[in-house]
Amino acid sequence: MDRVLDQPGSLRRRQTSRSLEAAFAVMVALLIVAPFAIYPVFLMQALCFALFACAFNLLIGYVGLISFGHALFFGWASYLTAYTAKAWALPPELAILLGTATAAGLGLIAGGLAIRRQGIYFAMITLALAQMMYFFALRAKFTGGEDGIQGVPRGRLFGLFDLSHELTMYAFVLAVVLAGFLLIYRIINSPFGEVLKAIRENERRAVSLGYRTERYKLVAFVLSATLAGLAGAMKSLVFQLASLTDVHWTMSGDVVLMTLLGGLGTVFGPVVGAFLVIAMQNYLAPFGQWVLVIQGAIFVACVLAFRRGIVGEIANRMRLRL
Amino acid sequence: MFEIFGIPSQALFGQLLLGLINGSFYALLSLGLAVIFGMLHIINFAHGAQYMMGAFAAYLMLQYLGIGYWTALLVAPILIGATGIIVERLFLQHLRGLDPLYGLLLTFGLALVIEGLFRNNFGSSGLPYQVPETLRGGRNLGFMFLPNYRAWVIVLSLAVCLLTWFAIERTRLGSYLRAATENPVLVRAFGINVPRMVTLTYGFGVGLAALAGVMAAPIYNVSPQMGSDLIIVVFAVVVIGGMGSIMGAIVTGFALGIIEGLTKVFFPEASNTVIFVIMAVVLLIRPAGLFGRHA
Repeated sequence: MDRVLDQPGSLRRRQTSRSLEAAFAVMVALLIVAPFAIYPVFLMQALCFALFACAFNLLIGYVGLISFGHALFFGWASYLTAYTAKAWALPPELAILLGTATAAGLGLIAGGLAIRRQGIYFAMITLALAQMMYFFALRAKFTGGEDGIQGVPRGRLFGLFDLSHELTMYAFVLAVVLAGFLLIYRIINSPFGEVLKAIRENERRAVSLGYRTERYKLVAFVLSATLAGLAGAMKSLVFQLASLTDVHWTMSGDVVLMTLLGGLGTVFGPVVGAFLVIAMQNYLAPFGQWVLVIQGAIFVACVLAFRRGIVGEIANRMRLRL
Repeated sequence: MFEIFGIPSQALFGQLLLGLINGSFYALLSLGLAVIFGMLHIINFAHGAQYMMGAFAAYLMLQYLGIGYWTALLVAPILIGATGIIVERLFLQHLRGLDPLYGLLLTFGLALVIEGLFRNNFGSSGLPYQVPETLRGGRNLGFMFLPNYRAWVIVLSLAVCLLTWFAIERTRLGSYLRAATENPVLVRAFGINVPRMVTLTYGFGVGLAALAGVMAAPIYNVSPQMGSDLIIVVFAVVVIGGMGSIMGAIVTGFALGIIEGLTKVFFPEASNTVIFVIMAVVLLIRPAGLFGRHA
């Protein structure tokens, strides 16, 4: 942990914050240029998943809680946004707000239950709760069952910007994802974030210092769920579709893979991981089930050979914080 | 024909039987998970995939080698258990001492690889497997019709579960195993090869999953995704029971199967979700699980 008071520490802190700023500037520059070179829908998809993975990373990377049910928040926010935008003809900003609020509410319930157990039980509980809500989505009338909700209108943002225009939509997605990214960065560097890291390192000690760790964990869980929901809500407008894929456990597995591949507990890792995994899924789609095999193999390779992930390894080599 | 709570007895007992069958599989699978967790401190996410491999082993043996059900019942668990031993030696042993999360992630990856490979080769549709000749037909019990094969599955599952319980709780080998769970270093100091015991335990747990797979083959169709949906329910069963106790895993498995069966009769819309709801309630009332000793 960096100390602010002693000289070398504050020097290092200034250096690491400079490396983070440089990396952030490069990322933003790339993302502004990208839509002129690469298919915008692909970029928007990758951006939504980058936010999803960052939200997931908030939990596993900084609190040490592994959720295997994050598709629950992503998918249900996606459904609610799609439904309210289509059936109630809500403007996009309200539909996204409703979807995200739904994810926050579900996060409060699921988190309240799951934090009663730790470690791998936590993973199993979140997975089971997500599966339960998958069955609800399968049965419920408004989700459209196997068909999902198709042809969701993107609408006009604040009544001003026509989102059916690809580049306008891209700018909107980029702005929201960057805002989410910065919010997460702010959270992990706040005093609240320091307590979360203390819980990750040694929960009993944090308790003995007088922190109500349960509450901290619950708030972190709800924040993570909310941002995952925001990602899902954006995704449903990008693709104009909400479907069972979004709530299925494979989606929870995908986000774990993105974060693990990019680097658990790194700032930029989940973004890199999301772009790589989405690119792979797109390019390998014609090869059918080999995607599953390759994803599984990446899991195994990451766990055995490079647990720090891509960004974590680079940061470690260059002695930077990324 | 008579009625209970306004439900025809045939339907009620039919669903109870189905519940008992499901419970047999829940019990066998959660037992395997508990045994593996006890020794390796790993949640074996590949358990569902290994169950599916057991079913496929039986199917392939019949299809290409003409080897029937009874031989498969013995050979398939040994074969798949052997692959489990390889997995432990190749991968899992390197994770000792790390956060148990990594074991979960690695076995999840393995499950994806296995399921993907089988889907590549066999597609996603179910393949039929005949009930063995000696167990075809059934008997009329007066209040319901009991197919012989289903009765066999329940009896065999109960027998295997109780034998495993006996082996772990009442034999000398079992006492070594329990001791090694408590304090592996001390047990090694007594000259017992704990790493080999860990490897064999994993192989045994995987073998149990494969056995369940062979037993399931004639009831459900054999398909690559038969394990992945089941394993999530089994995880919920494990959370409800708590993994501290072998008997707890067995009792919870059967009990939840029966409850699920009854839900199908009285409130069919909830039959898919009832186990998850029970899990949520148990977490609220007894966070450590029904048979768990510590949170």
